[in-house]
Amino acid sequence: MKKRLSVALRISLGAAAAGALMTASGAALAADPIKIGVIAEAQAIAGASIPQAAQLAADEINANGGVDGRKIEIIGYDNHSSSADSVRAFQRAVNEDKVQVVIASYISEVVLALEPWASRLKTPFVTPGAASNEISKSVHADYEKNKYTFHGYLTSAALALSVCDGAKDLLVDKMHMKTAVIMSEDAAWTKPLDVGYEECLPKIGLKVLDHIRFSPDTTDFTPIFNKIEGSKPDVIITGISHVGVQPTVQWKNQQVPIPMFGISSQATNETFGKDTNQAAEGVLYQGVSGPGVAVTPKSVPFAEAFKKKFGNYPSYAGYTSYDEVYYIADAVKRAGSTDADKLVDALEKTDWEGTIGRVQFYGKDDPFTHSIKYGKGLITGLMLQWQDGKQSAVWPKDVAKVGVKFPSFIKLSN
Amino acid sequence: MRAFQILIDGFAISALYALGATGFTLIFGVSGVLNLSHGAIMVAAAVAAWAAASILNVGTYAGALIGVGVALLTAFATYFAVVKPIQDSRRIPNEEKEIFVLTGTLLWGIMIQEVIAYFFTNNAKTVLPIVDGVVEILGVRTPKNEIFTAIVCCFVIALLWLLVNRTRTGKAVLAASMNPRGVTLLGLELTNIYVVVWAIYGILAGIAGVLLGMFLGVSSYSVGPLTASAFSIVVLGGLGSVSGSLIAAFVVGYLETLTAYLISPAYRTIPALLLLVFVMYIRPQGLLGRR
Repeated sequence: MKKRLSVALRISLGAAAAGALMTASGAALAADPIKIGVIAEAQAIAGASIPQAAQLAADEINANGGVDGRKIEIIGYDNHSSSADSVRAFQRAVNEDKVQVVIASYISEVVLALEPWASRLKTPFVTPGAASNEISKSVHADYEKNKYTFHGYLTSAALALSVCDGAKDLLVDKMHMKTAVIMSEDAAWTKPLDVGYEECLPKIGLKVLDHIRFSPDTTDFTPIFNKIEGSKPDVIITGISHVGVQPTVQWKNQQVPIPMFGISSQATNETFGKDTNQAAEGVLYQGVSGPGVAVTPKSVPFAEAFKKKFGNYPSYAGYTSYDEVYYIADAVKRAGSTDADKLVDALEKTDWEGTIGRVQFYGKDDPFTHSIKYGKGLITGLMLQWQDGKQSAVWPKDVAKVGVKFPSFIKLSN
Repeated sequence: MRAFQILIDGFAISALYALGATGFTLIFGVSGVLNLSHGAIMVAAAVAAWAAASILNVGTYAGALIGVGVALLTAFATYFAVVKPIQDSRRIPNEEKEIFVLTGTLLWGIMIQEVIAYFFTNNAKTVLPIVDGVVEILGVRTPKNEIFTAIVCCFVIALLWLLVNRTRTGKAVLAASMNPRGVTLLGLELTNIYVVVWAIYGILAGIAGVLLGMFLGVSSYSVGPLTASAFSIVVLGGLGSVSGSLIAAFVVGYLETLTAYLISPAYRTIPALLLLVFVMYIRPQGLLGRR
């Protein structure tokens, strides 16, 4: 008798507790903020824009009433460009600070280290700037486990295509260039990039004469430029992100007569001009957007608002990070919840016109699952050039404002 | 053609290494201090020169002077805030003081590095060169700045030689490095000599830092490698021996340049480090070491 009573008691107590919890969570839904953890390289040129842009997006969304009355709260963590620090920040963000989504890093090594943690802690995670193909390949290989990771930037494969598309129009068709040397830093993201370059450059008519990979610790680029000059290419195709200032300044100081064209992540931030004492003049780099470039109607207002608030135009990862906060908010709205699995479903259905183009993710059956789609009408990327201390779009034609021009030490061979 | 290229590039980088290492070895010779914040002081000088010229727009020359000034101040701060308190401490046993100084300066260097990264990001900065443009030497297109770097380094080292061997202060410094106790018996205040040595060191490290900033560029990441390269040059040359450091700087500089040109830039530092290990085996006191 006593036992039965206690069972009944427990059940009723349990029901009461559950009821209380449900009302509590119901109340939470209406008032609690949506917490987004932003883990980024706050001390690096390319990474510094990530938390700033995310905050800017959150402020705008909150000023317009938030998401169904819920405000967006950005919680920032500086990872000092370290994978170990990033993993600790991720754990802290989820376990202590109770964030529901994480935006993190422009470094592929860091993102690859975080990917298993997104799975373990079942927290949706988007990267605004890493490029390695492996990020989305892992999602494809084990979808159920890794579906929490989204690649909010182009894969290295897509970056190589974007550079080749630009090179065909600008270098091959207009300047009749025929040969190239690939110069890239030794890092996770450049391995697939170089494979992509090796494949697409010959197709557009640029013969690859040499391929130089160098340590990201390199400080003296004299021997590298010397070797490149020795093979007499028409252009140097770059794949640099961890380095940027030093090769650019030495290229100018040594007056290497060959133009540089390709990925140069640091050059995407406006502060690069000052950091290099304007040696960046003439550098051609791939970007997803840029100052004064109306990729979509949202691009220019964002860049100007960013500059007004932080004093410089954002790096490429600023544009993507800004868009990410918006489409995460959009996904929360569509999912009607911040539940991880529902949010993943909603993010997969993303169709968002952001500052870099129209964002959609590849599906489960595509090899690059959860990476943003590359192509016309979606995201194609553009080529920009540092001219007169400013970043100007030179390709594709519909956004280009100026033509390509080089400093006087560049000797075009054709 | 390539041989000339290696000869010219190697000379500039070696001269820069020599300048950086000279101050480092001088301090060890005179006061027995291995200053592991060396790289941080060089980077502080370069970043200060960059910031003064690019952010405050004071111009190249003033920027360079400010850079050297910051290095001088940082060197004094290192001595008065870190090294001297440890040397004067009664609670640290004398035989352990070297280890404490080593640890103290290492941590101090990391602190400087983090402050630089916090305020100026960890991306590389380059100081605007004082002389611009290139000239052809023996068919090698050489930046004038590279020649300028080499000349300044040689000039400063020569000046240091004159200072040490031809002036009263210099002779006191030299004497202190040979026999500190003897110097005090002659009525010279050892602390004053240390201050002079730290001042010389600060100026040398500052000039080296600013020149490095013009020649190759530096970032807060350079702190560790710069300390390590000065340390290995000094150990190779013989701790405390200025002429040994000069020779070692050229050995390391040319070995690195040869490797970068003939093998691969990725393996640049490896042969020099192997040589260091080899010398440690057969001649632990270094090339010209006294002990």
